[in-house]
Amino acid sequence: MSGKILEINNLTVSFDGFKAINQLNFSMDEGELRVVIGPNGAGKTTFMDVITGKTKPTEGQVFFKGKNLRSYAEHEIARMGIGRKFQTPRVYLKLTPRENLELSCARSKNVFSSLFGRTSTAEHRTVVGLLETIGLITKADIPAELLSHGEKQRLEIGMLVAQSPDLLLVDEPVAGLTDEETEKVGDLLLALAESHSIMVIEHDMEFVRQIARTVTVLHQGSVLCEGNMDEVQNDPRVIEVYLGKQEEETPEAA
Amino acid sequence: MTIETVESLPEVLPSSNARKQRRSLMVEAAIVLAVALVLLFVIPPILAGLGQGVRINQLGRFLALAIAALGIDLIWGFTGLLSLGHGIFFALGGYALAMYLQLQLPAGQIPEFFTLYGVEKLPWFWQPFYSFPFTLVAVFLIPMVVAAALGYLVFRNRIRGVYFSILTQAALIVFFNFFNGQQKLINGTNGLKTDTATLFGMQVGSSPVIQGAFYTLSVLFLVGGYALCRWLTSGRFGRMLVAIRDDEPRVRFSGYNPTGYKVFVFAISGALAGIAGALYTVQSGIITPKAMDVAFSIEMVIWVALGGRATLIGAIIGALIVNFARTLLSEQFPAFWLFFQGALFLVVVTVLPDGILGWLRREGMNQVRSLLGYPQEIDTYPSLEQDPDVQYERENLGD
Repeated sequence: MSGKILEINNLTVSFDGFKAINQLNFSMDEGELRVVIGPNGAGKTTFMDVITGKTKPTEGQVFFKGKNLRSYAEHEIARMGIGRKFQTPRVYLKLTPRENLELSCARSKNVFSSLFGRTSTAEHRTVVGLLETIGLITKADIPAELLSHGEKQRLEIGMLVAQSPDLLLVDEPVAGLTDEETEKVGDLLLALAESHSIMVIEHDMEFVRQIARTVTVLHQGSVLCEGNMDEVQNDPRVIEVYLGKQEEETPEAA
Repeated sequence: MTIETVESLPEVLPSSNARKQRRSLMVEAAIVLAVALVLLFVIPPILAGLGQGVRINQLGRFLALAIAALGIDLIWGFTGLLSLGHGIFFALGGYALAMYLQLQLPAGQIPEFFTLYGVEKLPWFWQPFYSFPFTLVAVFLIPMVVAAALGYLVFRNRIRGVYFSILTQAALIVFFNFFNGQQKLINGTNGLKTDTATLFGMQVGSSPVIQGAFYTLSVLFLVGGYALCRWLTSGRFGRMLVAIRDDEPRVRFSGYNPTGYKVFVFAISGALAGIAGALYTVQSGIITPKAMDVAFSIEMVIWVALGGRATLIGAIIGALIVNFARTLLSEQFPAFWLFFQGALFLVVVTVLPDGILGWLRREGMNQVRSLLGYPQEIDTYPSLEQDPDVQYERENLGD
């Protein structure tokens, strides 16, 4: 299992008999940037829920660095090194971006170190550095609820990085962003990919083309096919369930 | 990733921020100290001079209630846990101290009420309350442990929101019925009287020295409670509470387990309610299961809502205003108070959603500033505030 950061065997998740994930097999190498696409209802978000421990698998196993994740709670999985960015930006609205980052950045996360621990200089530096990177240094001390949608997206990616996870799960990072912002986020992810393993779920095909190396297509809870962008685009099954349909109707929409 | 390049960046803001924070903390400490001194040394003589001695006792009782309000603000205002069962902890603290006072008897005697029910031997759980140090610890430790146990069971199972509120209220009713039914153990519905007990050779209810001491203790514990809550809510722990309030599931994915935080803060809140209950009991002369009345626990929440959630000071002000309003109004118009209370709640919900203090901070401060010729305080950044489009939208489209 060495070299594989994530390995999923025969995963099935059913909700009252409905199989959101059906006999799914998947694996990812250390340091890989993987894009997962698939039509609505293909089970993409459930897939992330299972990896992060929000939903428990009905059957099958999820291994992260060789460890079976079934018996761990969400926060334990997060501490092991899996970070997750949600579809809609979820930052702590009443806190400032600086405080948001400090919370994610803190090394020890139990009650008493929060009470008595002081933020170390190294942590301060990391936070300031991240604020620079995500371009929020001038807005570091206003409540996050006053940030724009794009700024919140960037802040949440910043929070993810502050956790210094080994594997980043990023759910539709460019939904609702302008083209310019989309490109910025793409560059940010490519920069992150140098030192992290990243899995991105995305709808926006332009964006997928910008960042993708290997693409996995999900359909009805299983892997339909896997390969680089060209292979996937030319696969007749994919065209049938997903790409063809989208290109016919609204080539630009996402 | 770019974090590695951070070393070369200048330290932006924190140092000047820290200095500013320290200065405002000093100012706040000075104000709190001044208010405490006024409460201790100025108000009682004035009230006594005006022949309003009874008001000192009322003020002492309401200050005790304000301690409970601080606890409610801590869990509701900051952490988003709406407890409708704080009467439990209030009563536990009150009963603990009342049991100690009931036992201030010549050797061999047991409290009078036991003989009415034919009990001749003191129940076992009364025994430790002969000890003064034990009682002092029990006043906050028993409510704290009960709160922690209840909290652990509830929070571990991820019961949140309305379900949490209903559960606390159900627990309150269970405790009420238990205390109400146990004549042979704790005098049931009649409760325990403290005003006829003697302490250090003086009668608790009528000795000015003893009552003065309890008044002083109420002020001191209120200041202490305020300092504790300020400390808890200021640092990283406090920001964690706010994060839990705003988006608890997200907190888990950041690697925090909210259960520990919630149990801890709920236990602290229970302890504060216990201390409040003990101080209130000795100043009002009796504790009965009525302290676990559903209405009373809801009223605690109203104090905080009126004063302003997540402000701490607001909780104290709210408790004092509501209780003095009740006393004064029910003296004048005995049948009127409940209508007034209802109206108060409507006003808070419709006109003052952030409470008195929330309104003062938002509107009042700006009024004062414009009177003094300072620019209005802004909470975004100037370019946005001065943007005519933004101003137009704010005035005409408002939310």
